[in-house]
Amino acid sequence: MTDATLPFVPPLDSYGESYLDDGHTVMSWLTTTDHKRIAILYALSITVFFFIGGIAIGMVRLELISPTGLFLTSDEYNRLFTMHGIIMVWFFLVPSIPATMGNFILPMMIGAPDVAFPRLNLMSWYLYVGGAAFTVYVLFSGGVDTGWTFYPPFSSQYSHSDVIGAAAGVFVVGFSSIATGINFLATIHMLRCPGMTWFRLPLFAWSMYVVSFVMVLATPVLAMSLLLISAERYFGLPIFDPSAGGDPLLFQHLFWFYSHPAVYIMILPAMGVVSEVFACFARRRVFGYAFMVYSMMTIGVIGFMVWGHHMFVAGQSQLANLVFSFLSFIVAVPSAIKVFNWTGTLYRGHIGFEAPMIYALGFLGLFTIGGLTGLFLASVPIDIATTDSYFVVAHFHTIMVGGSVSAFMAGIHYWWPKITGKLYNEFWAQFAAITMFLGFNVTFLPQFIMGWLGMPRRYHYYPAVFQVWHVLSSGGAVILATAYLMPLVYLTWSLFYGEKAGDNPWHATGLEWQTPSPPPRTNFLRPPRVDVDPYDYHDFGRSAETGDEAQARPQGEPT
Amino acid sequence: MNISQFTTEASKYAVHVDDLFYLLSIVSGIIVLLVSGAIVVFFALYYRGSPTPRGLLPERKSREIEIGWTVATLFSFLFIFWWAASVELLQDSPPKDALEIHVVAKQWMWRFQHPSGAREIDELHVPAFTDIRLAMTSQDVIHDLYLPALRLKQDILPDRYTYEWFNADKTGVFHFTCAEFCGTDHSVMAGTMYIVTPQEYARWTAAQPEADDLAHQGAALFHSLGCSGCHTPGSTVHAPDLHGVYGRVVHLAGGQTRTADEAYLRDCILVPDSTRVEGYPPIMPNFTGSVQEGQIVALIAYIKSLTTGQDRETPTASPKSSPQSSGG
Repeated sequence: MTDATLPFVPPLDSYGESYLDDGHTVMSWLTTTDHKRIAILYALSITVFFFIGGIAIGMVRLELISPTGLFLTSDEYNRLFTMHGIIMVWFFLVPSIPATMGNFILPMMIGAPDVAFPRLNLMSWYLYVGGAAFTVYVLFSGGVDTGWTFYPPFSSQYSHSDVIGAAAGVFVVGFSSIATGINFLATIHMLRCPGMTWFRLPLFAWSMYVVSFVMVLATPVLAMSLLLISAERYFGLPIFDPSAGGDPLLFQHLFWFYSHPAVYIMILPAMGVVSEVFACFARRRVFGYAFMVYSMMTIGVIGFMVWGHHMFVAGQSQLANLVFSFLSFIVAVPSAIKVFNWTGTLYRGHIGFEAPMIYALGFLGLFTIGGLTGLFLASVPIDIATTDSYFVVAHFHTIMVGGSVSAFMAGIHYWWPKITGKLYNEFWAQFAAITMFLGFNVTFLPQFIMGWLGMPRRYHYYPAVFQVWHVLSSGGAVILATAYLMPLVYLTWSLFYGEKAGDNPWHATGLEWQTPSPPPRTNFLRPPRVDVDPYDYHDFGRSAETGDEAQARPQGEPT
Repeated sequence: MNISQFTTEASKYAVHVDDLFYLLSIVSGIIVLLVSGAIVVFFALYYRGSPTPRGLLPERKSREIEIGWTVATLFSFLFIFWWAASVELLQDSPPKDALEIHVVAKQWMWRFQHPSGAREIDELHVPAFTDIRLAMTSQDVIHDLYLPALRLKQDILPDRYTYEWFNADKTGVFHFTCAEFCGTDHSVMAGTMYIVTPQEYARWTAAQPEADDLAHQGAALFHSLGCSGCHTPGSTVHAPDLHGVYGRVVHLAGGQTRTADEAYLRDCILVPDSTRVEGYPPIMPNFTGSVQEGQIVALIAYIKSLTTGQDRETPTASPKSSPQSSGG
């Protein structure tokens, strides 16, 4: 007789032993190797950086209410938007979903007790926090005025700001990305529980797998280009300096070879999150699961081949422009397929409107707008007319902020009961989700319009004809900021006064829900085993009955 | 300032760009309507607790749907790509006999030099109904000359030439500005473009104080800098004769071949060691630091005039025998 054949009754005291009770001192958090605690460390630190970057852009939007400025000098203005870009891209968006939800949920989702290299995981947080804090210090003590793109020869020879300091911090943070990527790849390859075959992986796990590859392959190129900029600036090594035979376009090629895939580092995890949320709240299997997997892989691969579309006016040959334009249209196909599949997932579902679902729908809407405006920019003539204008600014914010942050919020709300064991206030969460979607559109639709009319980006002073759009946009930013602050309040409130969530409040099928909330130190009380595909939310034999949540069949159970 | 300084379609190309924009707006509108329509319908039918029956969706059917919308999307995107590429190809290569205006960008101003020798700062006069080619270079960082009414934009790099060309068909006053972030005063590195009739342009150039046109300024420099000591047909020094060189394919000592365009001629003056023509000794001095950007422009204009035959000082036969057009 083995334990596995007995009905599983965990010992009473094990319920008390959640990962949160595994030590209550600050040191127990700073020295932890538990992927769940590291995820919390990441969540707290990216939140801090998000609001610093947000304050920077808040000042920029305030300044832009008047075409002649209100309270900043041009140098201060340039430093603020650089600070916003560097912090938001590298210290918030890139680590956002992978480092928090990836860290917390991925091992649980595949039935693993932790990631493959728990100490490397802790080290990557220290690299992240060290590098990011150093860069933020540099940005506050004098600042950097190159924009987040660091284009030479401005950054290497003409800028009078601490470019090397900022680059050094970003360089270090890059290693945190690489370490996280390696860790996830090893985890998914080695630690899937019995029965968890590749095509039983939930789509969030697939998205982490693809994004890890992109992080591991692309980030070193960023490190190289930042190192070369610093070498040129500090030692006068002529890499990009044309007067010494260097090529400034080489930097742009290297930089975008990282930074375009970086966009996919931000959006692929978002796609993974909303796939989970749509399936759960529509009570349906994700439509076209295999197509979803292949389309993520296609995006990951072709995403490496489209960097030249950032350089249509940079001095690239016309042939190169055509090739990159073509590939950019091709990479849009799998993204469109995913939008159709999420929509198809709703078909014949039992759709609920809980907060995670509203956030996910916000993602769907904004991702569609962002993706379609991407087609505009993939067309060379329109890109020539609109590049370096607010049209581009609005486009990439719609994808990277509208899309990714909506998905981030969807994921946080979806997994919050699992992470904390508490339920948040549903009304305020729904209200914040709707406010976020509306606020985002009020902020960025005017930017699309003024960009097409000819308003260039990174402008401190601007022709007064664009003022009405800037004022609208700044007004939208106030709504958006409110929507970003609200979760801070009601989620914190739920930690103290929220109802107990129970193990599986959404009646979801994923393995991470088949264990107590909050989970024990080793995630599962007994090793799980998987015997069905993911998202088995409905049973066709009884499907005429509506909304029977008991139909959802867990993907696995303790053995 | 009026918004029409930005939005007027001042050339045929601008009209094509706008048409493409409208096409894409319509396609996007249709896709948004399809997706949001489907979502609204599904919500209305399948909200939790609704009485609508939910049946099984056959596996084969869902596969056909997947393949169907993948192929449909692919073909509509390819169609848009084809349309966009054909608009891009309109701007393919500038006409050979375009009026050439030199642009020098620096933090934070624009300088324009007309073939007549006229110069202007932060203002640009161009004739309508004329092919105009801007040959642009920067003295410091990367800039970008953005001409909104022509829907054109091109980065301007230091130590290198980039080009922009157009044929405006509307006269008027338009805005131009810098579109590549270039430092403190990036946002005020702007100016006014006057598109005037060819007659007005001729009157305007005639009224400018400059006596010599660019090629003549270049000819004077050619002598004063000592170039003529070697690069004249009768010289005893073994240096290439520059007549007819512009636009020709030259074979370099390093084994490469290059077209003798502005960029090449510029390199010859500034980095002669790496651009030496096969069969000539490495005796050309390096002029980096001793000539200014504006002087290089004039020198190149002179060397070009030796090929195109505008030069009255040393008239040459067979001016248009060069096998290649300028690589733009």
